[in-house]
Formats: sequence, C-alpha cells, structure tokens
Amino acid sequence: MFKQILEISVMNLRNLPSRLGSSSVIVVGIAGVVGVLIAILSMAVGFATTLDRGGEEDRGIILRGGTAQGELTSNIDTRRMLYVGTLDGVELSSAEVYMVADIPKRSNLSPANVVIRGVEQDAFAIRPEINIIEGRNFETGRNELIAGRSASREFVGIDLGAEVNLRNSDWTIVGIFGANGSAYESELWADMPTTQSAFQRQGAVNSMRVKVSDPAEIATLQETFDANPQVDLQITSEEEFFSSQSEQLSTLISSFGYAVAAIMAIGAVFAALNTMYSAVATRTVEIATLRALGFGALPVVVSVMIEAIVLALMGGVLGAAIAYFGFNGYTASTLNQGSFSQVAFDFAVTPQLIQSGIIWALGLGVIGGLFPAVRAARLPITVALRGE
Amino acid sequence: MNKVALVWSNLFRRKVRTFLTLFSVLVAFLLFALLRTIVSSFEGGVELAGVDRLNVSPKYSIIDPLPLSHMNEILSVEGVSGIAQQSWFGGSYQDPINFFPKFPVQPRQYFDMYSELIIDPAQLDEFERNRIGAVVPVTMAEQYEWEIGDRIPIEGDIYIKADGNKLWEFELVGVYEAPDGTFLSSAFLFQYDYINEAISEPLKSTVSWFTVRVENPDEAAEVASRIDAKFENSRNPTRSATEAEFTRQFASQLGDIGLMMNAILSAVFFTILLLTGNTMSQAFRERIPELAVLKTFGFSDLTVSVLVLAESILLCSLGGALGIGLAVLISDAIAPQVEALLGTFVLSPAIIGSGMLLAVLLGVVVGLVPAIGAKRLQIVDALRE
Repeated sequence: MFKQILEISVMNLRNLPSRLGSSSVIVVGIAGVVGVLIAILSMAVGFATTLDRGGEEDRGIILRGGTAQGELTSNIDTRRMLYVGTLDGVELSSAEVYMVADIPKRSNLSPANVVIRGVEQDAFAIRPEINIIEGRNFETGRNELIAGRSASREFVGIDLGAEVNLRNSDWTIVGIFGANGSAYESELWADMPTTQSAFQRQGAVNSMRVKVSDPAEIATLQETFDANPQVDLQITSEEEFFSSQSEQLSTLISSFGYAVAAIMAIGAVFAALNTMYSAVATRTVEIATLRALGFGALPVVVSVMIEAIVLALMGGVLGAAIAYFGFNGYTASTLNQGSFSQVAFDFAVTPQLIQSGIIWALGLGVIGGLFPAVRAARLPITVALRGE
Repeated sequence: MNKVALVWSNLFRRKVRTFLTLFSVLVAFLLFALLRTIVSSFEGGVELAGVDRLNVSPKYSIIDPLPLSHMNEILSVEGVSGIAQQSWFGGSYQDPINFFPKFPVQPRQYFDMYSELIIDPAQLDEFERNRIGAVVPVTMAEQYEWEIGDRIPIEGDIYIKADGNKLWEFELVGVYEAPDGTFLSSAFLFQYDYINEAISEPLKSTVSWFTVRVENPDEAAEVASRIDAKFENSRNPTRSATEAEFTRQFASQLGDIGLMMNAILSAVFFTILLLTGNTMSQAFRERIPELAVLKTFGFSDLTVSVLVLAESILLCSLGGALGIGLAVLISDAIAPQVEALLGTFVLSPAIIGSGMLLAVLLGVVVGLVPAIGAKRLQIVDALRE
C-alpha cells in the first residue's frame, strides 16, 4: 500500500514541471494569502515588541491616583515626589515631566505628537539601556536635549547640533540616544527642572519612575499608597504599563490581518480547487490506467493530496519570503493611543509568524486538494479509459 | 441575435470551473471595496468637512487645553460669524470596546454650527433645559437600544469629578439625524456646563478646540491668521486651519495606513489577476475544437475572438458586481461600529464605480490573450487536434 502511494506520488511530482503553468496558480494564490497575512501581523508584532521592550518588571511607573490616560494627564506635586523617595523598597527614583509637542514628520510634513521627557539624573541608572550613540548627554540647568534615534529619524529638524523651538522655548540637540529599540527611542529627553521652568510646570511633574529591589515590591508599594487615601498615587510595573498600551492597537491590526487573509484564503481555495480539478481532468486516462493496473483508490487520493500540499507549501514559503524580504525591519510610525504620542516601530517578521503562515498554507492545500482527490478516485475506470 | 445566448451558455459549459472563477473574482472585489472604504476613512471625511468652518486648536499640541475665555475674543475677530466650543471627553460606556466620541457641548451653539444635523426643536429645548440631558444619533440609539428617558452611565478617564468620582450619568432626551460618514454621525452629546461644574483644575473652564464659522469662505485663510495673531503672545497660543486641513493632519498622525492598504490591495489584485487569467486561458484551450467548428460554420475571425473576449468580460464584471454588492451589504452592517472607530465609513458611489470599471478592465486584460489566440486559430489545425 505505502509502496503504491509512494510510487504514484513520486510519479505525479515528477510530472509537475509539465503542468507548471496551471500549478503556479496554486503557488501564487497561496503565496498571496500568506504574504498578506504575515505582512499585516508583522506590523502588530513590531508595534507590540517596541512598546514591550521599554518595560521591565522591576521598574515601576507612579502616577496620580485615578489617571487612566497615562503620564500625560497625571500630576504629582513636590510633596508627593519627596514622599516617594522616602519609601522602603524604592532603590532609585526619577521624577519626570512628560509632555508632547507638535513636530512635522519627515515623511509627510504634517505635525505629529512627539514626547518631551524631563528626567532626573537617576533616570539613566533606572534605565541602563539608554546609551548615547552620538554627541553627549545634556547638562543640567541648560536648554539642552538628547533625542531618541527614532525621533531623530522621523521628525524634521531633530538633528545632532540643531536648534529646535519646542512649545515656545529654544533647545539645542546635543546627543542622540538608543534605548534597545524601545518606545523611548521616539522621545526627546532633557533635564527635569529645566523643562519645568521652560514649560511653566514649576512644582509638579507628571510621573515618577522607580527601581525596586524586587518585582513583588510593586504590589507592596500599591498597598502602602492605598493605606492612606491622602497619598492618592498608583503604581504599575513598567512591563504591564507598556503591554496594556500596545494591546488595543495590536489586537486591532491582528484581527484586521486575519480578516483580510481569511477572505483572500477563500479566493485562493477556489483557485486551488479549480486547478486541481483540471489537473485531475487532464490526468483522467493516466489515473484510470493506474487503477486498471491494480493501484487502489487510496493511493490515488493521497497522491493528488500530496501534489496539492507540496504546491501549497511552495506557495507558503514564497509568501513568507516575500513578506520577510519586503517588510521585515520596515520602519513606520503611528499614534500610540495609550500615550497619545508618536511611536516609531519596525515591522517584525518573526519565526512564529512564518510558522503560522506555513500552517495556513498547509490548511489551504489540504482543502484545495481534498475534493479533486476524491473525484479522481471515484472516476469509473471504463469511462475514464475511453478518455471521455 | 443569439450571440449573447452563445456567450452565456459557453460561460456555463463547465459549471464548476465557472463558479470557482466567479467566486475568486467576487472575493477580490469584495476586498477591493471594503479596503478602499477603509482607506478613504483614513483620508478622513475631508470632502465632507464644511468649507466655511475653521478649527482653532492649541498651537503646540492638540491635547493642550484652551481657556473658555478665548471664545469671546475669537467672536470679536473680523470675519467670524459664529463659534462652537468643543471638548474631547474620552470615557467609556460599559466596555471600552463600545467606542464612540463623546462631546460636552453648548447645545444650541453646537446645533447652530452644524446646521446639517436635524433634531426635533422640542428635543433641542429639552436638551438645553435638562442638566444631565444627552442626545445621540438615531443610529447609535438603535445600536445600543436606548430609548428616550434612559439613564446612560459613562465612566470618565480624562474628566473626573472633583470628589474623585469617575461615573457620569446622562439621561437620553433626544436623537438627531446626521449626514452619513462624518464624525458628526457618531457623537454622543451632552451639556458642557454639567461637566464643568463638577470638575476641578486644571481642566475647569477649558475646552479642546473651537469650531469657527467664517462669513466668507474665500477669506478663511485670512481669518485664521487673524485669530492666531490675536493669541500669539498669550499663554495659550492657537493654530487655526480649515476643518478639512485639520482632519487631514489628524488622520496622518495614524501613519501610513493608506499606503499599507494600497499595498495589500495590489497584492490581492495581482494574485487574482493571475488566477483568473490562468482559468480563462485553460477554458480557451479546451474549447479550441469548438471554436474551429464555429469558424467552419462561417463565423468570422473577429466574431469568434469577440465571443471569447465577451465571455471573459462577462465573467469578471459579474464577479465584480456580486463582490461589490456583497461589500455594500457588509459595510452597511458594520458601519456603526467602524464609524465610531475611524470617524467615517462610507462605501461611496465613487468606489462602486471604480470597482466596476476595474472589473471590466480585468475582463479585458484576462480575455485579451485568448481572444487573440481565437482570432489566429486555423480551422484545419484546430480540428485535427
């Protein structure tokens, strides 16, 4: 039995090149589905990865109680800032001013929200991934700022050594920093007290970043805050904070990707059925001869299925390759609804995405091959031999 | 004469293949119409925005508040004939998935500004009178099954009461009709004064932007610069632009979504073109002897090739029409949800028209090679096969 299956399948596959024109329909159709699926999902994955990279579980973000809109709308006064510094379990803390300014995008010159973050010196110890890749760090007390690598690439005038006017105050860009590909790379950083005076924010900051000795401390700190309603602060681990920000948009993009791919898949299955039916039709005499020689129905079914699956796999690989070479690393920037600011991110065609693309291809191949295979097996031998 | 019948019966000679091809064309045009609609949503109701309306927003970032006191100053600017204050409320109804814009407004002022909105005058009076009153588009009331008199709880995120309470409760006092496809048709409206009294600094007595009506649309640019000049040196400088320009800028913050959609569309189309093209040429190859018979009967070369081409065009436009028709049905069904998310979602006649044109074009492209083949066909060679 297996010998029969093997023989017919090998014979089929050897003949494949002669049916190249019609077989390529399956390959191209499925490549289209897989390519589109992977390309769209790589956008969702890239966006989520960029945001998740900024988050560590032993770093906390402290906001004013009741703020649901992230750092922008939170307001922490000096009294609360000092209080946080005195707490047990807080190893390092940085009080940070967080605001956005409109800067034109290089791509379409339309103004987009860019984050300006005023930080204390400990901010760099809390986030060791920040490293100056060009120029130098800002000096306290001066209107100097450092720009994230993505911010510099995406926005007009954010160049090393350039002067920029942000919210009616002048700044010099003295350095460009990298942050391990996280969303921080889309921000502009400056000295906190300097931003307070430049943007009329004296006496308050938006948020605080703290480094805790142990991730469990974050829950303990929240309990401490809750114990005294007057404190009115909330703490979230950075990891959770960023992943909740990315969740909505990446879910939206992924569902969109699956929907488009599913509709396309229907089209591709029709095409695959079409092709396999005619592949079977042109091989009617051949199949009947095999049956007459004593080959069973099952080997015929399996051989047609194998042909469809091999073609589908080729399509899947082709689609994945197109998505990988066309989109992996492609940089886009969008509005992060969670922080209401621009985040630049790279499309990420991950091995998992390629894997699920190939699984889709396999599935489509099975569906596209099954019905024609059954028809091939059911052909009455005598009728088929006559070539009708 | 019966050539039409001939084309038709040729088309359904191989029923399975014809239907499979028809469906793949259908799927392509279904995707075409829906994706084009989404792209035009991102380009954002631009053509629907009023030409005589300006948007006055904060200069540095659209998320900064503007003081309410700007209103009278803007009204005193030469060329301004009306104003409406606008605030972005955020907030959610039951579940964040129920997304629709919520605007605290001055009732009379808002409906004066957007004269394209239709509301029963008695309901507008009630909206002005009832402190916790809210009005919604007819479609939204249907979607959430709200009736006049219903209490609707909204959980605030940006706007929180001075006592820390996040829950706002509104009473539905009216519904309004709005032209399809603008943010106007998906906004939940309630009284600004109710919100403003309950909140504390720093949002108290501030708004997000103003919508200004200019006397003469031709002078919109001049009026815009006059307004900006007025606040140039204040603590809250402004940036004024026509409503269309503002919408375009806001949409472009979302990034190159349109570009991405067009890339997907091209991929879909390339794929389908290849698939359909292949099927058509296969159908043609199988029918070579029949075509030769037709020629033997005295059909001219031209007639036979036209028959082949007509079959291809018929198949593609039939598939296109069905696909676009299905897209119309689907977009009608999902419009309320998508509109709330993207602002507008209208499968416009332009999309339908360009889709049909494309379907016919696809038929021509796909049928051309077989048609030429049919024309060149030699009877003797073909019959011998």
